[in-house]
Amino acid sequence: MAKEYETVIGLEVHVELATKTKIFCGCATEFGGEPNTHTCPVCTGMPGSLPVLNKQVLEYAIAVGLATNCDITRYGKFDRKNYFYPDNPQNYQISQLYLPICRNGGVEIETKEGGKKIVGIHEIHMEEDAGKLIHDEWEDCSLVDYNRSGVPLIEIVSEPDMRSAEEVIAYLEKLRLIIQYLGASDCKLQEGSMRADVNLSVREAGAEAFGTRTEMKNLNSFKAITRAIEGERERQIDLIEEGKEVVQETRRWDDTKGESYAMRSKEDAQDYRYFPDPDLVPIVVSDEMLDEIRAKQPEFRTEKMLRYKEEYGIPDYDIEIITGTKHMADIFEETVAICNQPKKVSNWLMGETMRLIKEKEVDAEDLRFSPENLARLIALVDTNVINGSVAKEVFEVMFDSDIDPEKYVEEHGLKTVNDEGALRKTIEDVIANNPQSVEDYHNGKEKAIGFLVGQTMKAMKGKADPGMVNKILKELL
Amino acid sequence: MANIISDETIDYVSILAKLELSDEEKEQAKKDMGRMLDYIDKLGELDTDDVEPMSHVFPIQNVFREDIVSNSDTREELLSNAPEQKDGMFMVPRTFE
Amino acid sequence: MSLLDMTAVELAAAIKDGKTTAVAALNEVLAQIDAKEDTYHCYVTIDKDAALKQAESVQAEIEAGKLTGPLAGVPVAIKDNMCIKGMLTTCSSKILENFIPTYSAEAVINLQKAGAVIIGKTNMDEFAMGSTTETSAFGVTRNPWNPEHVPGGSSGGSAAAVAAGECFYALGSDTGGSIRQPASFCGVVGMKPTYGLVSRYGLIAYGSSLDQIGPMAKDVTDCAAILNAITSHDEKDSTSVSCQDADFMEALNDDVKGMRIGIPNDYFGEGLDGEVKEAILRASKVLEEKGAIVEQFDLSLVDYAIPTYYTIAAAEASSNLERFDGIKYGYRTQDFKGLHNMYKKTRSEGFGEEVKRRIMLGSFVLSSGYYDAYYLKALKVKALIKKAFDEAFEKYDIILGPVAPTTAPKLGSSLADPIKMYLGDIYTIAVNLAGLPGISLPCGKDKAGLPIGLQLIGNCFEEKKLIRAAYTYEKARGEFPMAVKEVC
Repeated sequence: MAKEYETVIGLEVHVELATKTKIFCGCATEFGGEPNTHTCPVCTGMPGSLPVLNKQVLEYAIAVGLATNCDITRYGKFDRKNYFYPDNPQNYQISQLYLPICRNGGVEIETKEGGKKIVGIHEIHMEEDAGKLIHDEWEDCSLVDYNRSGVPLIEIVSEPDMRSAEEVIAYLEKLRLIIQYLGASDCKLQEGSMRADVNLSVREAGAEAFGTRTEMKNLNSFKAITRAIEGERERQIDLIEEGKEVVQETRRWDDTKGESYAMRSKEDAQDYRYFPDPDLVPIVVSDEMLDEIRAKQPEFRTEKMLRYKEEYGIPDYDIEIITGTKHMADIFEETVAICNQPKKVSNWLMGETMRLIKEKEVDAEDLRFSPENLARLIALVDTNVINGSVAKEVFEVMFDSDIDPEKYVEEHGLKTVNDEGALRKTIEDVIANNPQSVEDYHNGKEKAIGFLVGQTMKAMKGKADPGMVNKILKELL
Repeated sequence: MANIISDETIDYVSILAKLELSDEEKEQAKKDMGRMLDYIDKLGELDTDDVEPMSHVFPIQNVFREDIVSNSDTREELLSNAPEQKDGMFMVPRTFE
Repeated sequence: MSLLDMTAVELAAAIKDGKTTAVAALNEVLAQIDAKEDTYHCYVTIDKDAALKQAESVQAEIEAGKLTGPLAGVPVAIKDNMCIKGMLTTCSSKILENFIPTYSAEAVINLQKAGAVIIGKTNMDEFAMGSTTETSAFGVTRNPWNPEHVPGGSSGGSAAAVAAGECFYALGSDTGGSIRQPASFCGVVGMKPTYGLVSRYGLIAYGSSLDQIGPMAKDVTDCAAILNAITSHDEKDSTSVSCQDADFMEALNDDVKGMRIGIPNDYFGEGLDGEVKEAILRASKVLEEKGAIVEQFDLSLVDYAIPTYYTIAAAEASSNLERFDGIKYGYRTQDFKGLHNMYKKTRSEGFGEEVKRRIMLGSFVLSSGYYDAYYLKALKVKALIKKAFDEAFEKYDIILGPVAPTTAPKLGSSLADPIKMYLGDIYTIAVNLAGLPGISLPCGKDKAGLPIGLQLIGNCFEEKKLIRAAYTYEKARGEFPMAVKEVC
């Protein structure tokens, strides 16, 4: 009988913090600039430049630590991690090894079996991101862009507490939600603002000791993570079954090929010579600082869910979906604050929004329409300026490019026609042109009126009030 | 000399330090490093078990910047010292295998 | 009296009074450079045109009453490890042979605000690693008192330029004695301020926890004026300290009555030259006669300072110098195969022997398995050394001793034996480890006519006491003419 194996997984999750500036200099962190335009002597390793810590980075790191039940280190330092690579302009990365800002935390996840389990957090430390390397086929060289160099990261190192890809995804989703709720990061895997390295080993079921682990990098979607975990699990089991040894190494996952390969080089000594960075001074976290950050902690999901039920009286299922991302919850609350119609706002989010998210394959975090415009749209329907189907049409445009619905309706002539004379004239024409339907109606086929309403709406280019159309039709027939 | 530095050690340290030493330089480096370490070993005479390592001389702590953007685009200046550049970026030997 | 005989403060006063101009002073200095630079080689870079333009604009501002400070219009030389926007900055290394910074060091900016006219960049030991200015990639600097001798180092170019009248004052940097020792060898006054008093932004780092910029000048008054100008709390330097009481010229008082001065017995042991010893003890007598209470005491741990220093400085240097890799600036090797070969060849060709020696040592003491035994151990001994000074300063206001065991050695006699050279730093190094301020000022000459330096050490941020003691000694000692007047 084949042996049973257990997979043991720990995660190193890098999260880009949502600060305006880099961790040690005043350069903007925003995406999308021309290469090397968000740089200064500090983040490009110019001789004589010196780092100064961005206070917001520390506050975000502590906030994440508090929200994940960590102990906050009261006396912390930064250390230099020394290694040569062109994306690392000083050839050392400023990070934290000896005294990381947070330790000994954990988050609760739901397991496949419906139970709950705690995934331990070993530590969270602050560090700087590297620049970007672009391969230039033409010149057979690489090009370095330091715009990302010095963007603040926290690295969240879990305990080896996960046993399956499902648990890994549950843990990542939990972390993502917490961090998004804090506003500390948008946590987008695809864009790299959340990155996970997977440490994985296997052991025979029931064994006490851990097997030899490998570290896998370059995982930029939940799907890639799942595939990489399955792939690496199988690779390690195969090695063991063949009587070979698993080598402790770093491997790069190639998601298109569905396999990983070792990142090894004889020039890579993997000896980082960490030592305290003499250019930075110790961080002493006082009780006051902690209290201040605690006071600023936002309402987390569980609290929010309870409040929605009490305050807005919308269905549990709606609450579940809406609070599922911080961004959707924000849109909901802000729209309700303007129009005070929670039920209608919820309907727009649960109905059309979810439909379009699916259809257009958009992430809930990327919703672009503003609460102001959604409230305007709801008001347009409420006041019968437009009817429901026109509203859906307008919403789709809003969904794509956040237009002002009032302007749009105006410019495109979408207002419902409330001029009874004009409507009566159109309906008279419809009746005249559809004698068969009229006859069917008189013969008791109630359904036929639906067809006539449809024809009227079509003739009115959808801009009629369906109630009024119905009323006039019945009258004339 | 109490500290004998092996060829392996010198090779290993050269990889860390990214220095390429000629055979002659290696021999000299072995000698120099051995002598320096003998000298540094003198620190072993002191009992420092209960001493906190001191990286900073004074208790300066919590020096922060506010999160306010302060840079402007100085790419041209940045690249003005680059040995090789292309498309606004630093050009380096290829990094991918 | 030639303009070149004036101190910086005297010259600024003369310019302010309209007796001369910044341009005239600069021209005088440039003429002296033309005459002497071939012999002494104090500079790596001289920018006459830029200096003339600066002198003209500073002169206009002085005449308009906008610049009134005690250094306005005075030509200055800057050690070549401080960045100046648009001016070649090499650290006397091949690896930075073509580096032109796009920003200036904070200390330099502060001097410019005070109306300084920058002549150029002075020669130094490569990356400030050395005690003789012989490790420069751009040739040695010679001692103006005797060109057969070294000027000391690493700020040897700055010290020699002041002594030879090739500038009126200079900035140096001091990691283990690099201001005080060349000042001593060249017969000028050099001061290393408390760590954190002067911003390190724009100073190309050697040992970040030890480096400090300071003045090198003709007398204590100039030193105080320069220190006033360069002291600032810089938000770009996390280790920069805000100093409330920073008018150091207030401390120029000829009065040491009741001041407690301690002389460490440990500084007068084996290795100290007899003539130096005599001169130092004579100087201590002078201060005693002026009313100071002078005592001998045991400082302890003196022998441990050098190994501690070389461990910490080499470790920090190995990391600080990683950025010189041929990618962003500076030298890049011509022929290479792939990235790592490019790194290795660039760095091996770009760095000199002493720099490589320290990078190797530093990389080793930080490497896996050795960190605790070497680096951490050194940080612990550093704590003990600091404690020894703390205890000494409970009893004394000032510690007095020699700067160096000997006067300036002959060219070519030091580099052969690195450890012997390192031993020459024994009296200056502990001051950096403990972050203390120290000043070196001339207190005599040996039989060969080479200057001897007296070192006074103060407690942290007690620059004023230090300046008061130095000023009092200087007054009592009488004039100590610069080399330019005596021998050049």
